[in-house]
Amino acid sequence: MKKLISINKLVDSTRRLTSILALCSVPIIGSAAEPITVVGFGGSLQDAFHSAYFEPFSEQYKVDVIEDSYTGGFAKQKAMVKTGNITWDLVQMDENEMIAACDQGILEPIRKQELLLADELNPSAFSRCGVGAFVWSMVSTYSPEKFGNDGPKNWKEFWDVEKWPGKRGLRKQPRMTLEIALLADGVASDDLYKVLATPEGKDRAFAKLNELKEHIIWWESGAQPLEWLRGGIVTATSAYNGRISVANQEGSQYPIGWDGQLYSMDYWTIVKGTKNIDRAYQLLDFMMKPEQQKLFAENIPYGLTNRKANQILPNALLSILPTAPANQKNALLLDSYFWLDHEEDLQQRFTSWVSQN
Amino acid sequence: MSTTPLGTTDNVHFEATEPGTLKKSMHRAEKGRRAITWLLLAPLLIYTSVFFVLPLCTMLYKAVDNPEVISGAPNTSKLLSTWQSKSTPLPDAAYSALVSDLKHAYGKPELGELARRLNYEISGFRSLIMKSARKLPALKLGSNDAKQLLYDIDNRWQDTRYWIALKRSSERFTPYYLLAALDLKVNDKGEIGFVDQEQRVYTKVLIRTLTIATVVTLICLLIGYPLAALMVRAPKPVTIILMLAIMLPFWTSLLARTSAWIVTLQANGIFNNFLISLGIIAEPLELIFNSTGVYIVMVHILLPFAVLPIYNNLQNIPNHLMLASSSLGAHPVKGFISIYLPLSIPGISAGGLLTFIVAVGYYITPSLVGSAGEQMLGYFIAFYTNTTVNWGMASALGIVLLLCVMGLYALASVTLGVKQLAGIK
Amino acid sequence: MKHRNHVLIGQLIHYFFGILMVLFLITPLIAIIPLSFSSGSFLSYPLPGLSLRWYQEVFSSGPWLDSLQNSIFVGLFSTVLATVLGTFAAFAMARRNISAQRSILGFLIAPMIVPPVITGLGMYFLFGQLGLTASFKGLVIAHTVLATPFVVITVTANLQNFDMKLFRAASSLGASPVRAFFTIVLPLIMPGIMSGALFAFVTSFDEIVVTLFLGGPAQRTLPRQMFDGIRDSIDPSIIAMSVFLMLIALLTLITSAWLNQRSKNKYMTE
Repeated sequence: MKKLISINKLVDSTRRLTSILALCSVPIIGSAAEPITVVGFGGSLQDAFHSAYFEPFSEQYKVDVIEDSYTGGFAKQKAMVKTGNITWDLVQMDENEMIAACDQGILEPIRKQELLLADELNPSAFSRCGVGAFVWSMVSTYSPEKFGNDGPKNWKEFWDVEKWPGKRGLRKQPRMTLEIALLADGVASDDLYKVLATPEGKDRAFAKLNELKEHIIWWESGAQPLEWLRGGIVTATSAYNGRISVANQEGSQYPIGWDGQLYSMDYWTIVKGTKNIDRAYQLLDFMMKPEQQKLFAENIPYGLTNRKANQILPNALLSILPTAPANQKNALLLDSYFWLDHEEDLQQRFTSWVSQN
Repeated sequence: MSTTPLGTTDNVHFEATEPGTLKKSMHRAEKGRRAITWLLLAPLLIYTSVFFVLPLCTMLYKAVDNPEVISGAPNTSKLLSTWQSKSTPLPDAAYSALVSDLKHAYGKPELGELARRLNYEISGFRSLIMKSARKLPALKLGSNDAKQLLYDIDNRWQDTRYWIALKRSSERFTPYYLLAALDLKVNDKGEIGFVDQEQRVYTKVLIRTLTIATVVTLICLLIGYPLAALMVRAPKPVTIILMLAIMLPFWTSLLARTSAWIVTLQANGIFNNFLISLGIIAEPLELIFNSTGVYIVMVHILLPFAVLPIYNNLQNIPNHLMLASSSLGAHPVKGFISIYLPLSIPGISAGGLLTFIVAVGYYITPSLVGSAGEQMLGYFIAFYTNTTVNWGMASALGIVLLLCVMGLYALASVTLGVKQLAGIK
Repeated sequence: MKHRNHVLIGQLIHYFFGILMVLFLITPLIAIIPLSFSSGSFLSYPLPGLSLRWYQEVFSSGPWLDSLQNSIFVGLFSTVLATVLGTFAAFAMARRNISAQRSILGFLIAPMIVPPVITGLGMYFLFGQLGLTASFKGLVIAHTVLATPFVVITVTANLQNFDMKLFRAASSLGASPVRAFFTIVLPLIMPGIMSGALFAFVTSFDEIVVTLFLGGPAQRTLPRQMFDGIRDSIDPSIIAMSVFLMLIALLTLITSAWLNQRSKNKYMTE
């Protein structure tokens, strides 16, 4: 009996050994068709892309979809275009970064007439180098364990650390943070960029941030704020509405503070000079389909770009989208052109300010 | 070992025959042997030069490289290079040059690069360029009304500040990034001065980087020295346990160690829960995502770099020195300070310098366990490269960091020798 | 007599300090091991139950296994390259017949001194021009640069115990230098080369900074996978991988100690 066990063990360990040896072999390249590489912002958003778009696309067209994630910027794409070694094909981008990258010739201009479902899309979804992927929103949320149903519901209350003690999470970048500060200071969303364009407005935003500074923990990737909320590191935080809803689908109960939400559209872009441009358009077409978009919103509730998709969404889902009329109170559409002009000096001032203890 | 007879007998034999040729042939043999040595060295020397030194040179170049305006607006930059901005007004030809440059660049990547570069000089320059370029093709251009045309599009073109900035950034090489890395800039009068108070950031970051590295090094030495001394003095089993405790983390993946610390120290982590369950504290302590976290984790990671050189050094100090001093009646503390400590200075300096050099370049650890207030130079280099695509700025900050490290390295190799630093006895 | 009491107390404090340090160095690593066997997804005690689900997640096909495979692949190639280049150079320097030796050694170990974030930035520019970014080739080349200093140092240290006269003796007895190298020198310094190679492999296997600059989507190495995971959300799968990496570290430690011992023994018996 003992012998038997030891033989089993031996077989088992040999099997393990061979699997380790197999690991050492050259990384295997998949099926015959040239794979397409798509890049998103990671986390639950990427999961939603994966199950609504990439996986079904891969199955239907028998092509490998390689996924990568990044945290924004277009340094990688720029390096690829400059060297001609294009390893990303389709990339999700923020609006302002897309415009800047487009100006610098890093992205393929989108040929609208080649998109099969162009007519079904919301006209605002077209930009020179991008097709709208979805509408996202930055909202406030808080820990129900700490504050029950009565937490800070808008940015003004978000600043009140006496009534709602604990750390606050905000994204470590001037864009959106300065807007949030002005909203908290009582600036109406319609006047916000007019105020922020003036030197006094900038000072005002930083002064407001100063009030909260010692309580802020800065997050950099979209998954962090919810992780921190769950870990008790922060008691209230800004976060993307989609990430909050995904956490809630998984059993959490984070309230979404729509009052004063900041929203904008993210775009799909094609890196200039990619060999996979036809495949990229094929995938774009696939992602524009109403039924795929519906699947996407079911995975992560972001606003959709295909108008037909919105018609087939259930009401329960529609009500938690950033685009729902009920959620648009004091909503602020981010001004990408403002940020294109002011990114550098505000970034530097913000960096200087944020790193002072 | 008996090695003498072989080599020498040959020589004796030669010497008996022809002394002159011997010298020559010895010389030749020596030359041949040297050639073989160089031949063996060549592959790595070439490899290191091509794949290590050349990249560093590329970085130096990128810090002063300034092609955007010259290639985006060639006519304008050529024209402005002869303009004496202090004494003469802007020549009208500059307007028509800019108009033709903008028309030519419209729709091409050069225009975006030009606009981005100019926006570094004055905020809003980007939109001024893009707006002008967008509107120009629709407008009819007469012979000499280019000036009026630009004024009509945007009255900012009447402000010479924009033209001076355009001239300033038309040079083939620019000191802009290197100056900016020290919070300096060239103002409109052409003088070098500090940037506005609220924009100053890199001198602070540099000081912070050096401070964190110094504090970490001091802590490492302060706990590393007694640890190394214990390893030398204690009985063998204890030494082995200590060695194991130092070497196991040393060989463990940096990211595995970092994640272990985060899980241990975070608000509802192992350590806080442990203290709360013992009733020592009621509210969790803030031990991570702040400077405490950075220091704890960095010391944990860098301790071996301090301990091992000191340990090597202490091993070579004969034990009987201390015994002798104490048997002569000296107090052990006095004996330690006057005899033991001075002998261990080479180990301390090697360990300290090594720790400091590694610490000063850190970026991953502070970015994972620190807050915004603990980010070091390395973080900003990565930030400018990967997020904002400002390669000039990244390179300039890289040069500042490189100078710090190479300065110390040079100091260390002169005072201690490379071998001591590398741990080759 | 008073001195002796002081010495005793001093020694007691010293040992107590040693215990504290061992706790500081080891506890966080030990403390996470049970968490990796948790059946729940929270990273705190008490455990809801025991399971191997996180190890299953990490070692079943998917991003974790792919990245492990990439890391092993890049690590092996860089190790071979670094070991060959480094050993030749170390042997050249052990011949001690060129005058610039110290500066050359200083030059060759510079990649170990220059912060990887600077090396990575420079390579990002140059390799970009050479078309080596986002390729395994580029990553292997870069990791080799970072790993060679460790080979040079280890082998040089090892060769210092080696008597060059042995080599010359063999040559003068008629063995060609190449043959003499392979039959006399190589077996003697083999343990040194092996520990150099070990160092090189670990350097590449654990490298993250240069990989962040150079790697493309297909070159996701294990440290990159872990970096993203730690930044976004630490779940027990990262802890499971960390425990696995600690096990690897333990094996490395034992191997390197064994090699060290063997190298010492060799010189004693020869």
